[in-house]
Amino acid sequence: MSWLEKLMPSRIRTEGTNKRKVPKGLWDKCASCGAVLYRSDLERNLQVCPKCNHHMRITARMRLQFFLDESPQEEIGQYLEPKDFLKFKDDKKYKDRLSAAQKNTGEKEALLVIKGQLKKLPIVAAAFEFRFIGGSMGSVVGERFLLAAKQALSDEIPLICFSTSGGARMQEALTSLFQMAKTSAALGRMREQSIPFISVLTDPTMGGVSASLAMLGDITIAEPKALIGFAGPRVIQQTVRETLPKGFQRSEFLLEHGALDMIVERKNMRDEVHQLLSVLLHQEISAGE
Amino acid sequence: MNPDYLDFEQPIVDLEAKIDELRLVESDNEFNLNEEITRLQAKSKNLIASIFSSLSPWQIAQLARHPKRPYTLDYIDKLFTNFTELRGDRMYADDAAIVAGIAKFEGASVAIIGHQKGRNTKENIRRNFGMPRPEGYRKALRIMDIAERFKLPVLTFIDTPGAYPGIGAEERGQSQAIAVNLERMACLRTPILCTVIGEGGSGGALAIGVGDYLSMLSYSTYSVISPEGCASILWKDASKAEDAATALGITALRLNELKLIDEIIEEPLGGAHRDIDTTCENVRATLVSALEKFTSQSLDDLLAARYQRLTQFGTYGESA
Repeated sequence: MSWLEKLMPSRIRTEGTNKRKVPKGLWDKCASCGAVLYRSDLERNLQVCPKCNHHMRITARMRLQFFLDESPQEEIGQYLEPKDFLKFKDDKKYKDRLSAAQKNTGEKEALLVIKGQLKKLPIVAAAFEFRFIGGSMGSVVGERFLLAAKQALSDEIPLICFSTSGGARMQEALTSLFQMAKTSAALGRMREQSIPFISVLTDPTMGGVSASLAMLGDITIAEPKALIGFAGPRVIQQTVRETLPKGFQRSEFLLEHGALDMIVERKNMRDEVHQLLSVLLHQEISAGE
Repeated sequence: MNPDYLDFEQPIVDLEAKIDELRLVESDNEFNLNEEITRLQAKSKNLIASIFSSLSPWQIAQLARHPKRPYTLDYIDKLFTNFTELRGDRMYADDAAIVAGIAKFEGASVAIIGHQKGRNTKENIRRNFGMPRPEGYRKALRIMDIAERFKLPVLTFIDTPGAYPGIGAEERGQSQAIAVNLERMACLRTPILCTVIGEGGSGGALAIGVGDYLSMLSYSTYSVISPEGCASILWKDASKAEDAATALGITALRLNELKLIDEIIEEPLGGAHRDIDTTCENVRATLVSALEKFTSQSLDDLLAARYQRLTQFGTYGESA
């Protein structure tokens, strides 16, 4: 504590941890390189740090707004709402966690599904909302994903899903585990009908989501440096008691180990996915695109 | 204290030791202790009944992990004939945490896949305490493919703390191995019957647990996360495992109420490890009737019903 702080009455003294924080609203700080960035610049850059190219986590809605054409857009399954059917309580009630998450995110659940177009190509796009209880997969996420797959099947259009999730929703217990079977069954149908499913893994994609829908893409893409895996690094470290290899469970590590087709930067995602789909679906790719 | 038994079983074990002692005395002398032995046996039975009538979910979790509990190979031994183990994933290794093969069950050909724990330290190291690596799941997938091609119903036995959280397992795609099995099992064109015989540990259990029928032994558990893991994440205190076990509702009874499983297979008084023969016969009865039901359907009907069963999981509300 400096002599100046010592002089200040404690009421107006800011806490040590706060003083390094950037004021909310105008500025953001890159978690990777520490650069202080003007928020509207950052948004224009799709929440990617212009200094170090760190891909920050973004909201599901922002993600799909970046990815889809402006119109037409039709949200799917927004009427589905989570329910605390087990009356689950740890140090907080699940019910309270849900309402807090809804208030903080403005979303009713952790998966957003929109039927729209990608450069005029009709698609169904889904994105996880990480700020909603860690993007965890409960009943509503599973059901919305099923609806997304059903829509893709009935319209015979591709499904693209952007994952970011800690895994299964513990507060929905075994029902949440069974969402893994549910979403995988839906994707099985899509595979039988040869409807493309492109899975995009973003930071972080772990546990039950990674061990089901996220790893079932016909083509699997990741954003740079995303954490992707089954077990969390801490759990692994506690189990094996060894130092984890450098870059362990990051996109680049997975690519090297054959788990991904490619790493694509956010700014190129529209172009890349559009090109992939156009080839898979025998569509012409015009020179301008 | 007998290390092979759980703390709440100790009074039973003590009483049984006393009965054995009396028997020994009786055989050495001409006293007739029959009456006393019979009295103690009745007492022991009552004691077991009273202890087992009010088990907490946490106690049931411990029973599911009981060191003397029958494992997959015990069921294979008692229920099947002509079992041949098939090994290896044809890509990397053979994972002994999963046992798979083909056999005859009541005269019919079947495929078997199950987690396998070890009985002693050495075997546990070989079997990795029943925690599979990707190779194990890929071996299971191989056997599923064989089962589909040769029209063998698949019987799976679930008993794992979970998929192994290791560096190599991650490098070789643990998530992908599990995910592929989930999708394959959802679409596999042959009946799949799954039985939880011990611990149903999360994704590692589900990876051989998707099918047409799911039954659980009465003192087995099935959960999205271990009570200890849940406690350390949500309560930030691993010692709250007992509370987590209750909140998660991991027991057969609770999961049956929630309509997440199809049947509870009764275990004999005192748990499966006290009477393995009766346990196996109860499992046999369940498998016989379920197999009869599912093998008599057309494959298209079977697959449609399975899709329906898997996609209806979930409890949610709807707004106007």
